[in-house]
Amino acid sequence: MKDEHETQHESGGYGVYFLAWFALLLLTSITTTAAGMDFGSFSVFVALVIAAIKATVVLYLFMHLKHESKLFHIMVFVVLVTLVIFIGLTFTDVLFR
Amino acid sequence: MSTTHSVAMEHHKDYTGSKIGIWLFLITEVVLFGGLFLLYAVYRSSYAEDFHNAANELDTLVGAANTIVLLTSSLSVALSIAAVHRGNRKLAIIMLVLTIVFGGWFMVNKYFEWGAKISHGIYPGSSTLGLHPKGEIIFFGLYFTMTGLHGLHVIVGMILLTVMLFKVLGQPRSQVQFVDGHGLERARGGKFVVKDRYGGEVWTSEELDDSVQSISVDVKFWPVAKRFRVNDFIQLENSGLYWHIVDVIWIFLFPLFYLIT
Repeated sequence: MKDEHETQHESGGYGVYFLAWFALLLLTSITTTAAGMDFGSFSVFVALVIAAIKATVVLYLFMHLKHESKLFHIMVFVVLVTLVIFIGLTFTDVLFR
Repeated sequence: MSTTHSVAMEHHKDYTGSKIGIWLFLITEVVLFGGLFLLYAVYRSSYAEDFHNAANELDTLVGAANTIVLLTSSLSVALSIAAVHRGNRKLAIIMLVLTIVFGGWFMVNKYFEWGAKISHGIYPGSSTLGLHPKGEIIFFGLYFTMTGLHGLHVIVGMILLTVMLFKVLGQPRSQVQFVDGHGLERARGGKFVVKDRYGGEVWTSEELDDSVQSISVDVKFWPVAKRFRVNDFIQLENSGLYWHIVDVIWIFLFPLFYLIT
């Protein structure tokens, strides 16, 4: 019947997911430890960078963005750019008011 | 004389279309929370000191525990879908149940966390919280709004996954109906024969005379490894994607409310 479909969306082995999960736990412990240290104004930046890495792991491995077509990458990219524009423009208003 | 009509039993479901649909929906979710994150960022820049003090009142340990619970639930739902792809029905069911249990665990933690805050008089509109500095009131307002909205999403995800669990439990079941007028006309006067894979006749119908208006066949698809119908599980996959995006949102909520002090 639809064999090509069944193989096309085959999503790696179970191992990939365990690896992703382990990486996420590791990053969680890193961000929790980093919060205990004092990076001054950098601490927000560090926490957000780690959160962004974790989100990327979830998107690419758990949500299979890695295997999806270019269209899906463009969709995600567009929404990220939109958010950056929203937040960026709002801050140009807030900070220079 | 025997005429063989082969009937293509395909379910016309658009896999890519369905995937685009769910991703578009997930994007609206991201934008919804994005607006709240923007609100958080602006108030944080205006009341840095108050946000710092208020965040200290939240228990990092509870936040971290809930992060681990949610991340693990993301693993189990991914494993459940991978198991479905491999036709491993038993593992798929176990992993789905685990995911729902983890979701419930997260909500129970949340319940105790909120309960502790509320019993200390920290909730929107409380007179005790009213005595705190303005930035702290805003922080807790955002905390209850954002974790509350997120919790609502966890509950919705649990409901979706429960429905999916019943769908997997309900397998194998699929009814295919042939009400093909033209095909029926050609078959009239003959008999409907069901054969097994070796060509042996399993069942033969009465002659299809003029009184026959339609033919419907109840087909059972047993989930053997090579024939687990992926297309029937688009909904499960999409529910999994929803569950993951709820996890992604928590990934950002956790450091912003519990860690950055």
